Amino acid sequence: MMLAALNLPYWAQTLFRVGAVLVVIPVGALVLVYFYLFKMVSYLQSRLGPMEAGPYGSLQPIAEFVKFIQKEDIFPTAVDRFVFGAAPFVILMSTFLVYVVIPAGPTAVIENLDTGIFFALAVSSLSVIGVLMAGWASANKYSLMGGLRAAGQLIAYELPLFLAVVGVVMQAGSLSLQRIVYAQATFKVFGYNSHGLPFVIPQVVGFGLFVISAQAELTQTPFDMPVAESELVAGYMTEYSGVRFLLFFMAEFATAFALAGIGATLFLGGWYFPGVFHIHPSWVRDVLGGGVLFAKLMVLAFVIFWVRFTFPRLREDQLQAFAWKILIPVALLNITVTGVLKVAFHG
Amino acid sequence: MSITEHAKAAYVAGQSADARINFEIEAEGMTLNMGPQHPATHGTLRILVRLDGEQVIWAEPICGYMHRGYEKLCEVRDYAQVTTLVNRIDWLGSFANEVPFVLAAERLMGIEAPPRAQWIRTLLFEMARIANVSLFLGEMGAQLGALTPVFYAFRDREYVLNMIEAVTGGRFHPNFDRIGGLKDDLPKGWIEETKGAMARLREFCDEMETLLADNRIFQERCRGVGVIPREVGLEYGVSGANIRASGVDWDLRRDSDVGLAYKHLDWRVWTHPDGDSFARYWVRLQETREAIGMVEQLVDGLPSGPIRAKTPARIRVPAGEVWVQTENPLGEMGYYVVSDGSPGGPFRCKIRTPSFSNVSIVPWLLQGTYVPDVITILASLYFILGDIDR
Repeated sequence: MMLAALNLPYWAQTLFRVGAVLVVIPVGALVLVYFYLFKMVSYLQSRLGPMEAGPYGSLQPIAEFVKFIQKEDIFPTAVDRFVFGAAPFVILMSTFLVYVVIPAGPTAVIENLDTGIFFALAVSSLSVIGVLMAGWASANKYSLMGGLRAAGQLIAYELPLFLAVVGVVMQAGSLSLQRIVYAQATFKVFGYNSHGLPFVIPQVVGFGLFVISAQAELTQTPFDMPVAESELVAGYMTEYSGVRFLLFFMAEFATAFALAGIGATLFLGGWYFPGVFHIHPSWVRDVLGGGVLFAKLMVLAFVIFWVRFTFPRLREDQLQAFAWKILIPVALLNITVTGVLKVAFHG
Repeated sequence: MSITEHAKAAYVAGQSADARINFEIEAEGMTLNMGPQHPATHGTLRILVRLDGEQVIWAEPICGYMHRGYEKLCEVRDYAQVTTLVNRIDWLGSFANEVPFVLAAERLMGIEAPPRAQWIRTLLFEMARIANVSLFLGEMGAQLGALTPVFYAFRDREYVLNMIEAVTGGRFHPNFDRIGGLKDDLPKGWIEETKGAMARLREFCDEMETLLADNRIFQERCRGVGVIPREVGLEYGVSGANIRASGVDWDLRRDSDVGLAYKHLDWRVWTHPDGDSFARYWVRLQETREAIGMVEQLVDGLPSGPIRAKTPARIRVPAGEVWVQTENPLGEMGYYVVSDGSPGGPFRCKIRTPSFSNVSIVPWLLQGTYVPDVITILASLYFILGDIDR
């Protein structure tokens, strides 16, 4: 860990790490909101998007941020006040924990857990509790339906997400995200000695499954039945306003940022680029690595948002059928094939 | 809505639902109030649905939130003023509302517009249809979650609105029809620009076909959803593209003898055997193409001559009654005009609007469907709130 070299006391390091994540979450969310929700979609839809605040409207996300903070934090009469108030924090917490294990450079990682990917996927599924809390505590029928739909969907799509990752883990031989990056840097395709290859090529099926499931985990079109604005108003977020709505909104985009980051780490080689280990001094590797990870992540996020703004949404039963009847069998097949090839070629 | 037992029951249910909404979740089923303010209803239609889980047990559309009393207002206006009112019935294809009323008045007076006026009327009528239906073609996608097509629809609809504005001076409410003809002739250079606009709209139709009609998810959401069997549709008085999508080959443009130029044009009536939401979308898509073709033929073949028949300076309609019906963008629209021969307006003016009859099938259609399908079905029936409540 980079900070260990600075000889800081433990508490200061912890504080620094927590602070780093707390900065990355809003920054990541704002970046996605500006580039994709505001600008990219505007060009897709033959309009300009925000243009007034800052050059090309680049300060608009900050204006939105301030707007939400200024708004009244409304608690409707019938809500369960504690649960209603806590739900956005539960969701944000799960996002927060995902960031802990994503490596942005050889030493730039908050905590390099040995079970990194396992931890990331486990905590990302905590958000379903927050969604259920919000849906139930709002005492609103649209919220309730949205919350239940979201819970059903998140649980259904976690399975293919996990199973898609299993193929990568088998090829890398490790659950640690840092090790998965190194495995891609020195990759041997089933025994053939090459000079590094991102897992997107040998695990192309897994990559497809991962992107589709991530889309569903983020409840984005075509899997946005839980927040389908044309029928459920805003799903489980219907009753929220002001800063709590902002937290939901931020969590949604920060999670998109985090999942794109995990996808980039697992399939696109993470922070690694050829020649990174020849760069001195070593802290430059962390900075450049972060930039490379960001570039890969934005490519992946572009795909996610592109699909989001193009397709209509699937119906609840159709998306469940899609998860259970297509994605999960394909994922299991992918694992089997990967395992057989790995054993056969000692890769 | 006439005061029947059915309507009374719906009213009582609505009142009691108001009282308990947001306060209780009943043990068996729940009552969901979709509207009057709801993102799916493009206006203030309220649909009261009783749900079991996500399945609809019964549904009841409650209209009247936008009732403006046009039938009564027609009685206190003179004939020339009524067109201003009826413009606002179906506000997306306003010109089409004026035509049947003016035709009715002309028929009562025993005059007929000169051929050029008839052709321009038909032209603007079809342009109103394009302006109306092109929005549906994108809006249907928005209701199903695809956000982008609706922007394309608004963008390309602008071409038609610009051409309508160039003739009439009004984008939304032209108020251009006069008894005996039209207010003005076409402006210079209009025909060339219209041809360009129509070419652009053809591309728009292709774009919608690629983005939505050919999309796998769109088809999954629409096929087999909200099937209106032919007989049921006829019983409920469903009209327009909704009934043609159920395989009924019935189009008043072809099948009635109104004073418009359709008989000079080469076009066909599209039908679809399925009767589901996809069929309704598909039929409207084809009809938009057909309307574009009609506009192109009309501008090419415009006869010359006057644009107004000789009418007295003060319009006086002799006593009598008449029923005139035309095929409007949303379906059959009719005016039953009764004149008592006095100067001033009609003695009675009954307006038959297509959306009101089309929405009447909603309780039958929604039974047993799921909440997401409710949105699909409502979107595919395509009603305009002003057209329901007038």
